[in-house]
Amino acid sequence: MSQDIFKVGTHEFTSRLIVGSGKYKDFETTKLATEASEAEMITVAVRRVNITDAGKENLLDYIDPKKYTILPNTAGCFNAEDAVRTLRLAREAGNWNLVKLEVLGDTQTLYPNVVETIKAAETLVAEGFEVMVYTNDDPIVATRLEEIGCVAVMPLGNPIGSGRGLANPFNIRVIKERANVPIVVDAGIGTASDAAKALELGADAALINTAIAEAKDECMMAEAMRDAVRAGRKAFLAGRMPKRAFASASSPTEGYIWD
Amino acid sequence: MKIQLNGEEANVAARTVADLVKELKLESRMLAVERNLEVVAKSAYETTNLETGDRIEIVHMIGGG
Repeated sequence: MSQDIFKVGTHEFTSRLIVGSGKYKDFETTKLATEASEAEMITVAVRRVNITDAGKENLLDYIDPKKYTILPNTAGCFNAEDAVRTLRLAREAGNWNLVKLEVLGDTQTLYPNVVETIKAAETLVAEGFEVMVYTNDDPIVATRLEEIGCVAVMPLGNPIGSGRGLANPFNIRVIKERANVPIVVDAGIGTASDAAKALELGADAALINTAIAEAKDECMMAEAMRDAVRAGRKAFLAGRMPKRAFASASSPTEGYIWD
Repeated sequence: MKIQLNGEEANVAARTVADLVKELKLESRMLAVERNLEVVAKSAYETTNLETGDRIEIVHMIGGG
């Protein structure tokens, strides 16, 4: 098989697993699990520096921005203005142009606020950002975000951190079939089979954080996700067999010794 | 002078953004500075003066999904 490249905007990756860096018990585990995942892109959040404790260790002491594509996010933003402000700062901090936009609706569901997401996406695209956008599993909204100029659309599988898998696999499929930009399933993946399923449905990649960071063995789960994403992708490219209502014998139905 | 630094009142000796980053011992860090809602480019740290009452935000990257 010729190399299967995952293209997002002007960037190219060989891994189709994007990982998050949140919720880990310490930076060392973040580093080891990220290495085990073989992901090339990792999301980070933008927050105030602790002024009184400037000497403290930093995530980027462990996750080398020269080795990984850093994907700054807007986690915790509930309106377009805060999201745009956050990403302008991120761009200045690391010269990162590829960003993850998420504008949330409320703290209980963490479902996206699609109206504010669209507003923020319009501004960011106009300012030259390459926007990977977190959104609902809504094909109409996905198309709208693509029309705005987002470089990837990232529908949720289920609420962030819920680990419930894909609530609506059919919609992921519909979104993918209509899209001309990469589709990344972001949020909801709980275990390896969820990740494999996302890629089998045709998603171009999966973004996973909690399922790895909250596993009992983070590094082993990172490997499981790495393998699941590869398996799902291969199954998608290979083309699955049709589902049938009745059995279809696997062994030849002639040459029996009793005939 | 008194400024609002990351949401809290602070008394700083710095007169420019460059001075402030040094005063806080943050020079070696990958961060970004916002002054009164405008991002300050790194190339403009030296020439961006602080004024009493400025709202300064200094951010960095932390773990997130």
